[in-house]
Amino acid sequence: MREVAVIGVGMNKWGELWEKSHRRIWTEAALAAVDDAGVDRVDAMYVGCMSGGLFVGQEHLGALLADELGMGPIPGTRVESACASGGLAFRQAVLAVAAGAHDIVLASGVEKMTDVDGGAATYALSTAADQEYECYQGITFPGLYAMMARVHMERYGTTRRQLADVAVKNHAHGLLNELAQFRMKVTAEQVMGSAAVADPLRLLDCSPITDGAAAVVLCPLEMARKLSKQPPVRVAASAHATDRIALHERDDMADLASTRHAAALAYKQAGITPKDLSFCEVHDCFTIAEILVIEALGLTARGKGGAAAGSGLTAQGGKIPVNPSGGLKSKGHPVGATGIAQIREAVLQLRGEAGKRQVPKARWGLTQNMGGTGASTVVHIFERAEGRKR
Amino acid sequence: MIGPVRYWREIPQRYRYEAARCSGCGKVFFPPRLVCNACRGREFKPVILPQAGTLETFTIIRVAPSGFEDQAPYAVGVVRLADSVKVTAQIVDCDLETLATGQKLRLEFRKVQQDGASGVLCYGYKFVPA
Ligand SMILES: [Zn+2]
Repeated sequence: MREVAVIGVGMNKWGELWEKSHRRIWTEAALAAVDDAGVDRVDAMYVGCMSGGLFVGQEHLGALLADELGMGPIPGTRVESACASGGLAFRQAVLAVAAGAHDIVLASGVEKMTDVDGGAATYALSTAADQEYECYQGITFPGLYAMMARVHMERYGTTRRQLADVAVKNHAHGLLNELAQFRMKVTAEQVMGSAAVADPLRLLDCSPITDGAAAVVLCPLEMARKLSKQPPVRVAASAHATDRIALHERDDMADLASTRHAAALAYKQAGITPKDLSFCEVHDCFTIAEILVIEALGLTARGKGGAAAGSGLTAQGGKIPVNPSGGLKSKGHPVGATGIAQIREAVLQLRGEAGKRQVPKARWGLTQNMGGTGASTVVHIFERAEGRKR
Repeated sequence: MIGPVRYWREIPQRYRYEAARCSGCGKVFFPPRLVCNACRGREFKPVILPQAGTLETFTIIRVAPSGFEDQAPYAVGVVRLADSVKVTAQIVDCDLETLATGQKLRLEFRKVQQDGASGVLCYGYKFVPA
């Protein structure tokens, strides 16, 4: 297997992009990534998209978008794994380059969520849960995460205030991200006073509905310096794991087993431990999700994740900054694009190009992207190539 | 959308609570399936879900999905039945302000929703305080 590097990243402002179509949003991000890498071709491309069908009535995205980019007849593959579609599209690109199937590969993600009303968007997102035995009974995604939150709170003493602290931290981080959808400071009081959605979760515990796309360019590490002027960022690990899709089928509803499994594989591949990480970009689709994820990644002991945001451990300047980009909470969550945007952030941080939100001396970065209530997780670890002992 | 055929297919589970016990390791599955995810056995014996359970976790849905708008606010929980089977269902005929985990519950047959597009009246199991 060949070693793989990321040589280009692209993303535009996320938000309610009423004037832009699904294909336009994607193509802008893809062009930005290709231009950033400085390559004149890509040999294959992968598109993460959760539900082009339900959000805009458009499937067959591989062919459509390869043509939009002017790269036809290259193979274009659409990848779906609910909210982990972007991370999984990147993993497919890594495998293609590592295997020697293709040299220059575009990995991308897109979701256009505001062409439908709130009810239709909620329905589209709910298809990531068990339709017959969860959604049939009237549960929603906020409701599923609320039930996970209640288990964590009752078993470990995690407080309502600690959930709010995650939103406060990620919105503070997002203030420094010019592409974020919600660049606004929020206080714990505002989070705890926002509209109740599914007890104990409130509106400001939830990530938003977002239009957006992101893209990155990969190639073999040994070709990176020849193909691109950008400092290469090495893909040190790529791991993927699954769990039961229905929350009620899991032995422990407060344990993200797929994240724990994928993280263990990734640390082993990279030859590092959680202590070596400079920062993480994780899937904070709800405030409780970040708490569960950092425990599953081994950043805190099990049951201790609740205190991490409020104590400053996972804040910018803390021991292990989590979501320096602002996370899904502030940056936005166009579901298929989220996993790719996390990787863009990791690459910028490791190049030292993250501007005001730069994590000092960043060398190792981890991205964690998950689908549904955690039935799919994709974990990647990246290393600043210059910092590498060969 | 829950059309008539899709609805009809799940009737054994929603009306009669039919589950399956793995002949290899004894694990009970609801709904029944072809392969046991504990021992990969492929032989099962039909069983009926126990109808007494305990509330493991729950939420109060304030913002309801389509088809449930007129029911909000309502409680949905994960209920642990005997045989270690857990199911997701609404908890009804209870005080939403005092509902708590550990509550003993009993399964009842109720109307769950009316599908807006197909007009199908959807029935199934809900739980009430025991
Ligand atoms: Zn078995």
